[in-house]
Amino acid sequence: MKFDINEIRGLFPVLHQEVHGKPLIYFDNAATTQKPKAVLDALMKYYEHDNSNIHRGAHALADRATQYYENTRETVREFINAKESAEIIFTKGTTESINLVAQTFGRKFIGQGDEIIISTMEHHSNIVPWQMLCEEKGAVLKVIPIHDNGELDYGEFEKLLSPKTKLVSIVHASNALGTINPVKRIIEAAHAVGAKVLLDGAQSSSHLEIDVQDLDCDFLALSAHKIYGPTGLGVLYGKREVLEAMPPFLGGGEMIKEVTFEKTTYNDIPFKFEAGTPNIADVIAFKEALDFIKSLGKPVIKAHEDELLTYSNELLKEVKGFIPVGTAADKVSVLSFNINGMHPFDVGQMLDARGIAVRTGHHCTQPLMKRFGIEGTVRASFSVYNTKSEIEQLAEGVARIAKIKNK
Amino acid sequence: MSIQEIQDEIVSEFEILGDDRESTIFYIMEIGNNLEAFPEEEQKEENIIKGCQSKVWLIADEKDGKIHFQADSNTDITKGLIYLLIRVLNDRKPEEIIQADLDFIQKIGMGGIIGSQRSNGLAAMIKQMKLYALAFQTKLNASNGN
Repeated sequence: MKFDINEIRGLFPVLHQEVHGKPLIYFDNAATTQKPKAVLDALMKYYEHDNSNIHRGAHALADRATQYYENTRETVREFINAKESAEIIFTKGTTESINLVAQTFGRKFIGQGDEIIISTMEHHSNIVPWQMLCEEKGAVLKVIPIHDNGELDYGEFEKLLSPKTKLVSIVHASNALGTINPVKRIIEAAHAVGAKVLLDGAQSSSHLEIDVQDLDCDFLALSAHKIYGPTGLGVLYGKREVLEAMPPFLGGGEMIKEVTFEKTTYNDIPFKFEAGTPNIADVIAFKEALDFIKSLGKPVIKAHEDELLTYSNELLKEVKGFIPVGTAADKVSVLSFNINGMHPFDVGQMLDARGIAVRTGHHCTQPLMKRFGIEGTVRASFSVYNTKSEIEQLAEGVARIAKIKNK
Repeated sequence: MSIQEIQDEIVSEFEILGDDRESTIFYIMEIGNNLEAFPEEEQKEENIIKGCQSKVWLIADEKDGKIHFQADSNTDITKGLIYLLIRVLNDRKPEEIIQADLDFIQKIGMGGIIGSQRSNGLAAMIKQMKLYALAFQTKLNASNGN
């Protein structure tokens, strides 16, 4: 598919509406992206034609549903270039994926005095599961500091690494700042001390090409709803040998080989980690989201988003009182900022009056906000369907709002 | 003026603003500047109203059987909202405050203007003001009884 912004916008029904009498400008893409019609149609089609519980059904519908479900697994495999589709586990989101690793890999392989390294720019979902684990096991959480521009202090990271390091769990691209971390280097360095690496790909997966074999990460977590797919669905990728060594997460149907009251043997991966009836409809529809990305290609999507980010910076830096937060050289399309003398919540509400949807607050990264000595930011995050004209309207809105306190 | 008269006055002020959402929000932010200066030493944890997304400090004092409120917030829109409440409820007898039916909020369609998060915060502010009134009423009744 050729990049034609009008054609692309035409694929997303939700964009074509008015909010408070103004055309909707959706800049909350880092929270969740909108869904192309193909995803919505696939959901409807599944329930209208194929609804059935997957695996082990002795009938045509169950066969079809199973086939579609497994097709998505294969598409996800291709999306991140995993070696085999058995390494793809469906979860309900990045949060669950990370918790799964903490509760299985973590509880088995991390003990008293062992160290887990995260960074200052982690989302709470990549902080709290490790704190819970550390508390239980007597392990220690180490935090990589960042520079004032929002880039990781790589030198400090290397100093934190030691034979005690059992896991490095790090965000690929920051949700609050947009910073892209040098993950390949991080993974190499972590492996050199024998640590495993979990990559939080929630924000990066819609913008950056991810090749888990090339990166050599041990785990990758992502959420479907941030890459044009349905809500309530996520992915955990893990290397086969690592997943096989891990105990199961939830117990129940699907994840077993044989159950007797004396002993249960567990199913092979990925099913070992997919207890109970999974989110079949959303998994099936997710394939359409990935096909949409593939039809354009991530480099094309990224180039468009980069252009929007650069343009927004150009326009907004002229606004008196505009304070950018996170100015790393390498960023995904996240524009985090404050207005001198104003609370982000007020700025967000005033932009909403113009039909512009942004997110305000701490973005589930309170330690990061504390690092910058701020309560929160206004975050505008751009996606494939956003336009330069929308950026101009954002800049106009911000300029008008900033004037209240910055005359 | 009675509580009702002030409420009606507010409703007509908002009617003049019309349907323009942005102007209405600007106006709410603007009127927050009318709040009495809040003593800095009172900006402490125990004076924060729970249930508000932004920080709101509220204190109350009683003089000649009437309650005087002072409030502040770290966001301008919230300051505007609390100013409206204070304008309606300030320097009144506890029972008036307790019984007040604050219909102006619904009449100006405040919920639609400020959204659900802030509406919950506004409800928490009203609740806290009424709780203060109740506490002072109990205190006044007790001292009258003595």
